[in-house]
Amino acid sequence: MILRELRPTISLVIAFTLLLGVMLPWGFTRAMQAALPWQANGSLIMQNGQAIGSALIGQAFTGPLWFTPRPSALTPPYNSATSGASNLASSSSALLQTIKTRVSAYQTAYGPGPVPADAVTASGSGLDPDISQDNALRQAPAIAAARHLPAALVVALVTAHTRQPVLGIIGTAHVNVLELNLALSQLHAP
Amino acid sequence: MTLSGLAYIGLLFAVVLGLALPLGRYMAAIFEGRVRWLAPLEGGLYRLCGIDPARQMGWQAYAVALLLLSLVHFVLLYAILRLQYYLPLNPAHIPGMSPRLAFNTAASFVTNTNWQAYTPESQISLGAQSYGLAVHMFLSAAAGIAAAAAVMRAFTGSHLTSLGNVYTDLTRITLYLLVPVALVAAILLVAAGVPQSFAASVTVHLVQTGAAQPIALGPVALQEAIKELGTNGGGFFNANSAHPFENPTALTNLLENALLLVIGFALPLSFGHMVKAPAQGRALMLSMAVLLAAGCVASYAAEAAGNPLHIAAGVAPQGNWEGKEMRFGIPASTTFNVSATGTSTGAVDGFTDSYTPLGGLVPLFLMQLGEVTPGGVGSGFYTIIVFALLAVFVAGLMVGRTPEYLGKKVQAREIKLAMLAVLILTLLILGGAGLSLLTASGLASLANAGPHGLSEMLYAWSSATENNGSAMAGLSADTPLLDYGLGIAMLLGRFAFMVPVLAIAGSLAAKPRLPASSGTFPTTGPLFVGLLVGVIIILGGLQFMPADTLGPLAEHFLLQAGKTF
Repeated sequence: MILRELRPTISLVIAFTLLLGVMLPWGFTRAMQAALPWQANGSLIMQNGQAIGSALIGQAFTGPLWFTPRPSALTPPYNSATSGASNLASSSSALLQTIKTRVSAYQTAYGPGPVPADAVTASGSGLDPDISQDNALRQAPAIAAARHLPAALVVALVTAHTRQPVLGIIGTAHVNVLELNLALSQLHAP
Repeated sequence: MTLSGLAYIGLLFAVVLGLALPLGRYMAAIFEGRVRWLAPLEGGLYRLCGIDPARQMGWQAYAVALLLLSLVHFVLLYAILRLQYYLPLNPAHIPGMSPRLAFNTAASFVTNTNWQAYTPESQISLGAQSYGLAVHMFLSAAAGIAAAAAVMRAFTGSHLTSLGNVYTDLTRITLYLLVPVALVAAILLVAAGVPQSFAASVTVHLVQTGAAQPIALGPVALQEAIKELGTNGGGFFNANSAHPFENPTALTNLLENALLLVIGFALPLSFGHMVKAPAQGRALMLSMAVLLAAGCVASYAAEAAGNPLHIAAGVAPQGNWEGKEMRFGIPASTTFNVSATGTSTGAVDGFTDSYTPLGGLVPLFLMQLGEVTPGGVGSGFYTIIVFALLAVFVAGLMVGRTPEYLGKKVQAREIKLAMLAVLILTLLILGGAGLSLLTASGLASLANAGPHGLSEMLYAWSSATENNGSAMAGLSADTPLLDYGLGIAMLLGRFAFMVPVLAIAGSLAAKPRLPASSGTFPTTGPLFVGLLVGVIIILGGLQFMPADTLGPLAEHFLLQAGKTF
């Protein structure tokens, strides 16, 4: 009984490995490289002939002159050769301690009051490119002051770069930090 | 919890239902051999492989062939993973996997589990992902659907000796269902920004510092599509569907969520068409949907309420964002994870280890229910058939009548096999998690202390046994104990369940299909849906309540009381 099934099973496995594992990915990759090359190669943003980042992947920004992305659980933060989360439990004292530290740093930089949740929690990928609109608006006045720009100008920049949820329910109101910072540096070179 | 969050859940269910209705009809046509638009390719494959498409197989032959096919796959995949250093398309020069990790990974992908004890970016080559893992994502899904088709045929007539032909089932399901749908989805994903490239990484120069930073790439889109469609769940990247290159926008998130549900919900509808009683299929689908919807709302409510200790520390009460991505938002992110555990997908777009205790209890409990909401492609269907038999048996006990399902008398043999299948899963989950926590190695694997540590281990064994593949990912899973232990749990959870179910199908197929009489318990109305949901919760879930109470529930009450670990 087993012997009878041996030839069809083994040859089917080999045939499908060639069909689905070699021909299909090879053909599909060729087609996508031709049809949608920008997306297929990582949605890279070019400046002066050099790739400065991917439109989809977050990168680290620190200091008072830039909009700051969410905390990242990767080492170093936003190390896009890898990806991952903190995996700390809701009941973890280490997480609570980390969040308290981040809350006080945020309030020192951007003023008192409850801190937007995305600003003090690490994302799932460690590469989250976005922050909430709330978070960006809270950061805007301090950044404007550090760059000697009118606050209204930076706030307007945030509003212009906010992406709203599709149909009002799919997704969130958020801002891509890299895109926002590139627009910011157009306003005034640091 | 907001109205727009609930509206999102409603929208997702509407999209899935809208796709499942035509797909259910189309899949029934595939199972009946009426779809032939690639007939030359299909015929060529049969000639090449020495397959007689007209052959009819009884349940034993069907089961033997499926087992043998999985064995051949297992051996081939194990060899690829061990030898990947020497095989083509390894631009990052990744070394071969250790024997125990290769065993675990091969078991994982052959059983449609996609448990990942390895870190994709650093432990598997692009080639091994393509001609190793991605092939199994198609074929293990096709194997599950084939077994479901075999079970469906048992109810289509009287005195049947055959459950169909496993080779034509596998070939047709792959060629006419999985490949075309995955290709369409993959094109949409690339258009939205998912890479499809044979480069392992690209280097950029960061804006603020000018430092060189590599970004991992690969042929992601095609694997992403079949990962969801075939309820596989194996991420191309460590962060799985939370990674912006696997899931770049809220719209791709909706697409991936719909993909991972659609075949599971369409299969009972196909069943309805095949037995010429569409209402029977709708009742099964409705039972799945009721449980999944309840899970989506419950987990969303818990995550939206957030963490009381963090709110007290000065965080705005916007919900629990640790481990979640900004672009999706809390309703969409929790719904994705609940859907991926209600099916046996196990993909995540946010990290369950960091969920609130009750938010994380929902995915755990949906796995423990036996993966029927709607479960893995194929496996969810044949599991709910087991529960349907148990439900009519319970109803029969209440009124003192021989139970029957779709005119087939359900007798001692079927019920014994059904209980055997259900109990194997319980034994593996509770026994495995309990024994692991008695060892020093098991305790050392835990990432979090307190009751959450128990949740992590319970989650791992539930996920492996039920062939889900998601994890509370802080757990260090690449240890000898967990590599071998969970590997065995995955194999038994798949095959020690599938074989008794095929035996039940064989036994039912041989019986006459009796016409319904006035004494027949109707298996279409709300009474049956309620009974089936009740049986699933009581038989599938109740046995896990003591363990779940000590894990997530204990953690919830301690957290509310301000206790951390």
